[in-house]
Amino acid sequence: MDHGEKRLMDKNQETLFVRLIPFFERYGILLLILIMIAVLHLLQPDVFLSWRNVTNIFKQVSWQSMLALGVFMVIVTAGIDLSVGSIIMLSLMGLAIASKAGMPWYVVMLVAPAIGFLCGMFNGIGITLLRMPHPFIMTLGTLYIFRGIGNLISGGVPITGFAEQIRVIGNGKIKLDVFFGEGAREYIPTSLILMIVIFFIFWIFLNHTRIGKWIYAIGGNPGAARAAGINVDRILIVVYTLCGFLAGIGGLILAGRTNSAYPNAGLQSELDAIAAVIIGGASFFGGRGTVLGVFAGVMIMGILRNGLNLMNVSVFWQQVLIGSIIILAVYIDVLRRQLATRT
Amino acid sequence: MSDNLVLEAKSVSKFFGTITALQNVDLHLNKGEVLGVVGDNGAGKSTLMKVLSGLYKPSEGSLFFDKEKVTLNSPRDSQNLGLEMVYQDLALAGNLPIGDNIFLGREPTRKVGPFNFLDHKKRKQLTEEHLAKLKINVKSADQKVEELSGGQRQAVAIARATAFNAKIVLMDEPTAALAVKEVGKVLDLILNLKKLGVSVIVISHRMDDIFTVCDRVMALFQGTNFAESELKNTSRDEVIGWIMGKKD
Repeated sequence: MDHGEKRLMDKNQETLFVRLIPFFERYGILLLILIMIAVLHLLQPDVFLSWRNVTNIFKQVSWQSMLALGVFMVIVTAGIDLSVGSIIMLSLMGLAIASKAGMPWYVVMLVAPAIGFLCGMFNGIGITLLRMPHPFIMTLGTLYIFRGIGNLISGGVPITGFAEQIRVIGNGKIKLDVFFGEGAREYIPTSLILMIVIFFIFWIFLNHTRIGKWIYAIGGNPGAARAAGINVDRILIVVYTLCGFLAGIGGLILAGRTNSAYPNAGLQSELDAIAAVIIGGASFFGGRGTVLGVFAGVMIMGILRNGLNLMNVSVFWQQVLIGSIIILAVYIDVLRRQLATRT
Repeated sequence: MSDNLVLEAKSVSKFFGTITALQNVDLHLNKGEVLGVVGDNGAGKSTLMKVLSGLYKPSEGSLFFDKEKVTLNSPRDSQNLGLEMVYQDLALAGNLPIGDNIFLGREPTRKVGPFNFLDHKKRKQLTEEHLAKLKINVKSADQKVEELSGGQRQAVAIARATAFNAKIVLMDEPTAALAVKEVGKVLDLILNLKKLGVSVIVISHRMDDIFTVCDRVMALFQGTNFAESELKNTSRDEVIGWIMGKKD
């Protein structure tokens, strides 16, 4: 092989590699999930892909995914919401108190999303009208305030026992007797259906409505959005309100799943939500990321935790691993950008 | 003053705290006229443009569109009156494709039941038609703006300003960041707009730009009207003198 021929081959290999970049950009994260599933299936062939374990993963991620989806929209605007973990706790406590007060189940059901909605709106109004220098500060403040209020109204003690109609959202089972025969144990969790429906609605919202487009524009260049006549403050209030609302839905799901409201509910779950969004490929600087990516990020966190639990890996090691994955995921993104921009 | 008046500013002042950016500035613009606005850095040119486009509210003074007094609360208001602005910092969102930038804030939609959804097909088609009309060459209307060259970005910004049959276009340093070859294209575009009866205000430091496209030139100095002339009655040296605050 002479010199020229070798160079030509190098060039061909490179173009093939470069051509694969957009493919990995779009589907790389789904590939990662498939690899994780394959590895865990090999390590735990009897358990990991069992119906029981898979539904368990979905039930676990369903309430966390609501936080991640809300935080994702906020991050797309180049903002941050640290208060979602406290919003989920406050809405859960509100729901519990409404339930204990003997309100009918359909009112109780509305309490959690309504509290989340109001908390999110409070964040949004604070960030825009009070002109806080960064959403980090406003939502750091409300992280303490909302959990404090939650403990004040509940006296800091758990409240348990909700109506069956409430429990069905987080813990309900859609039997699959039709497919698996009478008395089959296979089922689909109600919360999985709810999660899919909500993700689909927000996918439509972000990709096929004007406000969705404006949310991305604000993250890309708020000055451009303003010059285009977009009321940036109003859109930001909508985004933070929706984020709070989703955390409230998360509270409703969690109420059904645990059948109790407890002071530590959602503690540090805002960090899990941010981690899932970042692993899912969204840019921390705004304007970039997809709903599918968030779903993938949530699933990666859920599968990882579940797999490590199955293998009796200690919680401490789980923390180390999840932290490493966040850094690795972002570093791969940095490398990809370097490759994509070189000429 | 002629009957063709499309835009007028009377005694406009703008204060930022204790700083006076504009003091009793007058400006008028006729149909199909290209007005050059010159001045040193900090003379108030960009502030004046932002007042005209509704991005800033004037502290004092009034604006007239087609001889009617108006109050602009946002750029949307001036857009509705047919005024479009091409910003110096281009005001494009780099993370969005060309078509999304051109139609940002005015996206074509289609109704599905009670909901309005983005009409991606129509936006793409309108974008391609408009780019072809202006002879702007890009790989695809779906290309992200951050992947474009400086000249292409300027072209997209002008395409954005002219996509809705604007009557008045304001351009802030439209050729500042461009290669020589691209400057000519932008100037041709301005002359084309003039032929179509569009009025244009151009802010520029470059005398070549002013003396190629403008009918009239006005100079601001330290936030005030300093001098003004039909282009045929002045010279480059005189205009450069105005920028430095010298008058014979």
